[in-house]
Amino acid sequence: MSDLSGGFAEVAQQSARAFRAVLNAMARPGQLQQLEGAAPPAPLSPAAGAVLLTLVDQSTRLHLAPSHDTPEIRNWIAFHCGAPLSGAEEAAFALGAWEALQPVARFAMGTPDYPDRAATLIVEEAGSNPPNARLSGPGIETQVKAYLPDIAAFQANHAGFPLGFDCLFTARDTVFGLPRSSNVEAL
Amino acid sequence: MTDQAYNFAYLDEATKRMIRRALLKGIAVPGYQVPFASREMPMPYGWGTGGVQVTAACLTPEDTLKVIDQGADDTTNAVSIRKFFERTGGVKTTTHTAEASLIQTRHRIPEEPLRADQILVYQVPIPEPLRFLEPRESETRKMHSLEEYGLMHVKLYEDIARHGEISTAYAYPVKVEGRYVMDPSPIPKFDNPKLGGSPAIQLFGAGREQRIYALPPFTQVVSLDFEDHPFMASKADHDCDLCGCSTSYLDEVITDDRGGRMFVCSDTDFCEARRAQGHRGRLSPEEAV
Repeated sequence: MSDLSGGFAEVAQQSARAFRAVLNAMARPGQLQQLEGAAPPAPLSPAAGAVLLTLVDQSTRLHLAPSHDTPEIRNWIAFHCGAPLSGAEEAAFALGAWEALQPVARFAMGTPDYPDRAATLIVEEAGSNPPNARLSGPGIETQVKAYLPDIAAFQANHAGFPLGFDCLFTARDTVFGLPRSSNVEAL
Repeated sequence: MTDQAYNFAYLDEATKRMIRRALLKGIAVPGYQVPFASREMPMPYGWGTGGVQVTAACLTPEDTLKVIDQGADDTTNAVSIRKFFERTGGVKTTTHTAEASLIQTRHRIPEEPLRADQILVYQVPIPEPLRFLEPRESETRKMHSLEEYGLMHVKLYEDIARHGEISTAYAYPVKVEGRYVMDPSPIPKFDNPKLGGSPAIQLFGAGREQRIYALPPFTQVVSLDFEDHPFMASKADHDCDLCGCSTSYLDEVITDDRGGRMFVCSDTDFCEARRAQGHRGRLSPEEAV
């Protein structure tokens, strides 16, 4: 596949649909949303590709974790998003498998005056795992079960609210969100 | 038809991405005002430029849009914004709350309960609830970061000292998830109880003030009050003169210069639906409708 293919054919319409999926993902933590339309080079998932196409551009620094730092992905992002690549500390977005993103404490958490200046992590998951965490908080009526690659890290992230990073977990053509506002308990 | 000279929903894609990033951070920190690079829109500030930008960033071709202005679907502001997105987005529009997937509102929450597949976008004039108490942005920002909201309680207390009750009737401040004090935009305090625990996503856009904030579904929203002066959602003590509803929020309409007046539902779609079902009020006898 060429670096030039795999983007949105109808940019405005497809990115609008993709954004609604991402908005629902962040507003309803732990609940899977369908996210289609992108065909990025492996190992980048279609869902993560769509997130990049929808949110990342010249004005956002992107950190590629070692799991996703390949020439093909670099070229694809350079052509479709134009995002400058950066180290973890300066990044507005970070992309990679959970292990490759470690240590997550490096990422921007925002400041007390500007908690919005925090990183969004796009965490690529291999596939479906049985749920190991119970989520509650804004966006969740009572509670929701989800699989998280780490419990303690997200509990620590929530403890710092309103500071903290926000996560989008992508696998194939699905995405779910875990904002810093979500309370995480082990099942 | 879509005006082909414009991108879908008017704004360019880079601007939409910027607004979308701000919306997601707003969702992640409910009640916190996210600064964003508000654009000039083809309408004056104060006519919903913030709401229009949020709507443009969220709108998909499949959406059905409803726009209300103080509850009414047929006022200039509502009609022109609806037409704006018909032309630039080619989306379907409606006046029926139940049919809409995205509702942009100025100063009301529809009477009909919202659903999980709906988004409510508020037009916000002054997003900072502390602004009239502390004009300096540098100071209000510090007050939010330190959770220093004593001044707001002093203001509500002064209401009680002067009027015997909390006289703030609209833009009544709320606390979101026990953290941020938020201005719910100038909705009547009657609507405040609908802010919390709603299944719909609620997004707030302030164009001139360049702020976006949000309430995810099922967020805890508490109207500020005192133990001995609890919050009370109030409305005019009448029934609607057209549909007879005793529980909806009412507008008072002056009908002549000799003290004549009538009370009607502020939510026109709600009122029309009730009349279509056969409900009648004081001034709408059966034969007249």
